[in-house]
Amino acid sequence: MTADVQNNDASPSAIGKFFKSLGLLRESPIAIFGLALILFWVILAILAPVLPLYDPNAPLEPFKFPMSEARDGGLYWLGTDHKGRDILSRVIFGAQQVLIWATTATAVAYIVGMLMGVVAGYLGGWYDEVISFISNVLLSFPVIVLYIIIITYLGATGFNIVLAVTFASAPGIMRIVRGLVLDLRTRDYIFAAQTRGESAMYIMLVELLPNARGPLIVDACLRLGYTTITIAMLGYLGLGLPPPDPDWGKMIAETQPLGSFAGHMAVVPAAAISSLVLGFNLLADGLREISLKD
Amino acid sequence: MEQTPILECRDLCISYETRAGEIPAVIDFNMKVMPGQGVGIVGESGCGKSTVALAIMQYLGSNGYIKSGEIFFHGRDMRTMSEEELRSIRGSKIAMIYQEPMASLNPSMKIGDQLAEVPLFHEDVTRAEALERALALLEAVKLPDPKRIMDAYPHQISGGQQQRVVIAMALLSKPDLLLLDEPTTALDVTVERGIVELVKEISEEFGTAMIYISHNLGLILDTCDRVTVMYSGEAVEDGTINEVFDAMCHPYTSGLFASIPLPGADKNERPLVPIPGQLPLPHQRPKGCFFGPRCAFFKAGTCDQDKVPMRSVAGEEGHKVRCARFEEIDWAEGDHTAVTVKSVKSGKVVLEVRNMKKYYEIRSSSILAMIRGDAVKTVKANEDINFNAREAETVAIVGESGCGKSTFAKVLMGLEEATGGEVILNGEDLAHVSVQKRKARTVGHLQMVFQNPFDTLNPSHSVGSQIARVIRKFGVETDKEKVRQKVNDLLDLVKLPRDFAHRRPRQLSGGQKQRIGIARAFAGNPAVVVADEPVSALDVSVQAAVTGLLTEIQNELRSTLLFISHDLSVVRYLSDRVVVMYLGHIVEQGTTDEVFSPPYHPYTEALLSAVPIADTSVEQKQIILKGDIPSAMNPPPGCPFQTRCPRKIGAICETEVPPVKELSPGHTIFCHLEEEVLNAMEPVIVMHDEAAE
Amino acid sequence: MLILAFRRFLSMALIMVIVSFTLFAIFESDKLAVAGKVLGPYSSTEQRELWLENNGYNEPFLERYVTWVGNALTGDFGYSIQYKSPVADVLWPRLANTAILAGLYMAFMIPLSLTLGVIAGMKEGSFQDRAVSVGSVLTTSVPEFASATFFSAIFVFWLGWLPGTSAMTSGFSWAEIFLPVFVLVIYGFGYTARMTRASMAEVMTSHYIRTAVLKGIPYRRVIMRHALRNALIAPFTVIILQLNWLLSGVIVVEVFFAYKGFGKLLLDGALFGDIFVIEACTLVAVFVAVFSQFISDIGYTLLNPRIRFT
Repeated sequence: MTADVQNNDASPSAIGKFFKSLGLLRESPIAIFGLALILFWVILAILAPVLPLYDPNAPLEPFKFPMSEARDGGLYWLGTDHKGRDILSRVIFGAQQVLIWATTATAVAYIVGMLMGVVAGYLGGWYDEVISFISNVLLSFPVIVLYIIIITYLGATGFNIVLAVTFASAPGIMRIVRGLVLDLRTRDYIFAAQTRGESAMYIMLVELLPNARGPLIVDACLRLGYTTITIAMLGYLGLGLPPPDPDWGKMIAETQPLGSFAGHMAVVPAAAISSLVLGFNLLADGLREISLKD
Repeated sequence: MEQTPILECRDLCISYETRAGEIPAVIDFNMKVMPGQGVGIVGESGCGKSTVALAIMQYLGSNGYIKSGEIFFHGRDMRTMSEEELRSIRGSKIAMIYQEPMASLNPSMKIGDQLAEVPLFHEDVTRAEALERALALLEAVKLPDPKRIMDAYPHQISGGQQQRVVIAMALLSKPDLLLLDEPTTALDVTVERGIVELVKEISEEFGTAMIYISHNLGLILDTCDRVTVMYSGEAVEDGTINEVFDAMCHPYTSGLFASIPLPGADKNERPLVPIPGQLPLPHQRPKGCFFGPRCAFFKAGTCDQDKVPMRSVAGEEGHKVRCARFEEIDWAEGDHTAVTVKSVKSGKVVLEVRNMKKYYEIRSSSILAMIRGDAVKTVKANEDINFNAREAETVAIVGESGCGKSTFAKVLMGLEEATGGEVILNGEDLAHVSVQKRKARTVGHLQMVFQNPFDTLNPSHSVGSQIARVIRKFGVETDKEKVRQKVNDLLDLVKLPRDFAHRRPRQLSGGQKQRIGIARAFAGNPAVVVADEPVSALDVSVQAAVTGLLTEIQNELRSTLLFISHDLSVVRYLSDRVVVMYLGHIVEQGTTDEVFSPPYHPYTEALLSAVPIADTSVEQKQIILKGDIPSAMNPPPGCPFQTRCPRKIGAICETEVPPVKELSPGHTIFCHLEEEVLNAMEPVIVMHDEAAE
Repeated sequence: MLILAFRRFLSMALIMVIVSFTLFAIFESDKLAVAGKVLGPYSSTEQRELWLENNGYNEPFLERYVTWVGNALTGDFGYSIQYKSPVADVLWPRLANTAILAGLYMAFMIPLSLTLGVIAGMKEGSFQDRAVSVGSVLTTSVPEFASATFFSAIFVFWLGWLPGTSAMTSGFSWAEIFLPVFVLVIYGFGYTARMTRASMAEVMTSHYIRTAVLKGIPYRRVIMRHALRNALIAPFTVIILQLNWLLSGVIVVEVFFAYKGFGKLLLDGALFGDIFVIEACTLVAVFVAVFSQFISDIGYTLLNPRIRFT
């Protein structure tokens, strides 16, 4: 098509661009719903310290069903668990934990994976051989084995979880970035940058990576969802963050055997995690749909 | 006597449903195809010509639909046919040949099976009979070794062969009507020539009617009896070839012809006249005549009122034009802002290439090759390249795919190191200096304009910042304010508004992007600019404007232009000297006149014969080359051209590398033919004088 | 083709060597710690030294590694501290149980996801496409431990139709295996279905499908002969590589339903510090993963003539 869009609403400011991309979201109700789910948890997590909540670790009255009245006249919106802790409070503080660690872990994995991918894809040759081989070795580990080894060997701390997620996700991210870069590097604007003698570093960071952002944003959303699952799963398997901080996975693990007479104790955190992951997945789906329409 | 047309479109309107609402792609389209007739549809990209073809096949995708009008096939309205009736017509009565042969064939099915499907599902034949028919047709389309091809997968044969397979597939059930949608656009010129000849032969032999869709007027002239010119979804002119090519009545048709380099054109005396502006988007079409805003004969009050109907030209019943005032137009009066350029004298030698060689080593990683010891294979991408380029001169490098022109550009720009020889720019040898090691000034002195306007600019950065980066990188200016000034100067130079600096590349049209690409190349006051097919991806009417601009700037700055192209018409129009390459060798070089007139290298001769020329007064000698261009990985011994050469003299061509013969100072030919034979050659392109007008 | 298989095999062997060496270095380079794990935290240093001497731990590191690999290859994975029996005796029955679980999962997941994916991808944007897409996003958002919670709440505690644990104490039982497989399928089918849908949708818009339709062959044949073959190449590789991800789900499900499988063995070993069990399980898991990759590579080449003949 020769007839390219001739719209004149080019707003050069970064803020303008941000609002424009938010405007794009309007085109996908799915993405909006996903974003709303995520924001719901993010806002709760941020407001957790100022909300009128019980102490998440304080033993109050055990085995209270949702909407039952508390001794002090308050309300257990979602009931209490076997140790008498308020489930609403634990779910909200648990959201804080999972959001912090999932975001950090995904971000670190992304930085590592992107650097590996752009170097392997652009410089090629031995860089590519070595990086790809390391990735293949790591990818040949079933992820859960990788987590088990790292966490049993190094211990269950937040830092180690970030490390484990990086080991498990960076090779996958590297592969995606490498694929994108292999395609982008044949473009004439890269050739143009080379012919004016730009350094490899400049080409990788300024010319290549910004153009790979579309698919990467979608992938990052999916990965955030998956990392959320991972962190909760580690908690469930007893490999997560040490007590007493509330952890959605651990909440399920502790209360699941008691499901026969107090099902809500496990169902509530299970619903919480599912809704957050659904938010990430729907947002990713919507963003992908929007990017395909363009 | 009144024959029933094979196909007739009446007042056809086709629309696409999009998020932004209904987009009319084709409006009020009429066409008649009689048995055995060839009808061309010509127009630039986005004019709706392919949509017409897909509508005829009733295959418009999920969001396209025929809004109104009828399509009659043998007198029956196709819109009333059932799915099953359509199926029985598709592939048997109407067949289609597509633009990209590779994509049109199923990658995981053998060619024989794909061909045999046609008779199997349209006629009552056994599988063995179907396969036999398929084999017979592969022979008919002149494929070498048809048995092997039957058993091959599509990726195992070359592009030209794939297109022949697609043609064979279309002809298998002897259709009444053949639709060809840009069937040769993806192919090299000499391969294209073979395909076009095949199509012509076949339509004569089988009496098949054809609809030939192309953007190339020359090909239409070659293959069709009638032609319809389309613009922005409408037919604007319709008539026989002679009516439209020699006595065109619509300003757009006339503008198209004025903007393509026909043999008579010359950049100094008879320059091309571009059509100003650009094709409107479907939802931004103007009121009245869609061509109005770009038309030199536009008259407010007449052209911007009602929809313009198609009207017959007096005395020519079949010649119809969609123009409100074609009878009153005085063709001499229009505002022809031709890009006139004074002839410039070339100066001293700026670039000197001496015995330049570039070999690649391809490492085969297969174990078998390692055992045999031929794991490292040498590919000779450039062999013994010699030429000079002077200040303010335009030197064209011509060749088809695999000829080594891109490799040459890479060595020149310092992205690859030469294997041997010298590349001297202003006295400095750069053959072995990579771009990273060159001085900023040197880099700025040797710049490039790229082929594909759609990725010549980085989509993530604004136009202005990309030009500014070049200015700073070459050390032209460093001060922020001065850089901004220089960006503005460059935008002025390429005739774009200054506020384009704030735009993103996606907000620019193809031609505008290419202008930015030119501005970027000229930012460092270059001594030499390499333009790699700078206009081949642009529409015809835009091409003229961009080439005009390029030469104008070049003349003004007295830069040397190395113009890499496969399009001999543009080369003839633009360049002072021509270098013809084939499989890594320079086969001929000389001034433009020397190369375009005999004596020729046999390859040059074939190339000239292959260029489609949209001029009824030109006669071209027919030279059809056999087969495809050999792979550069596996070149033939002796003369590189011997496998396809129609003038091959014998064993010597297969064993010995030909000598470089200097026929006159500066004019060299790389061939075994005796000088007498070369001198006795006849011109390939002959213009009849009376029609030179 | 054979050459390719051979090269793939070599790289597979190389990865196994690297993995086993890393594993060995992580768990057994600190000899005293190994002895501590075996003899318990209250053993004295002399006891540990003695144990090391008796078990050949004073040989050079590389030599120990070679012996260890040799033993592992002949099925000797050492002695489990937790179960007080050779690791192999525990490992093989557990692996068989997990194979049943994984096999049943594959048997349901593959037809389900391929069918749904193909149906959705055949007509992009249609109702069935939307339904499959939304459905698979929903199910892939609910991890196994969450869906297991929901399904036990419904089927076990509320309706009382199914048993809540799958320990199989009185032999194999379909009722007990139902929920674990169901949970795995619900979470796992979406990914393959979406992959198949994307692949199918891409093929359906390709030019060669247009060629096939405009050749006038029946729609059924266009789908069966032209579209499916090309559309299923990508999902095939994904399905096999899923084994790698499946293990996480298997562990969760085995823990949740107390199913005596390989995953639970690995997790219990890890939590207990039973290093020989961890080593054995890891080796087996990595071997299965690498081997599945090998199969997937070979299969991809066989399915894709563009790679097979070049």
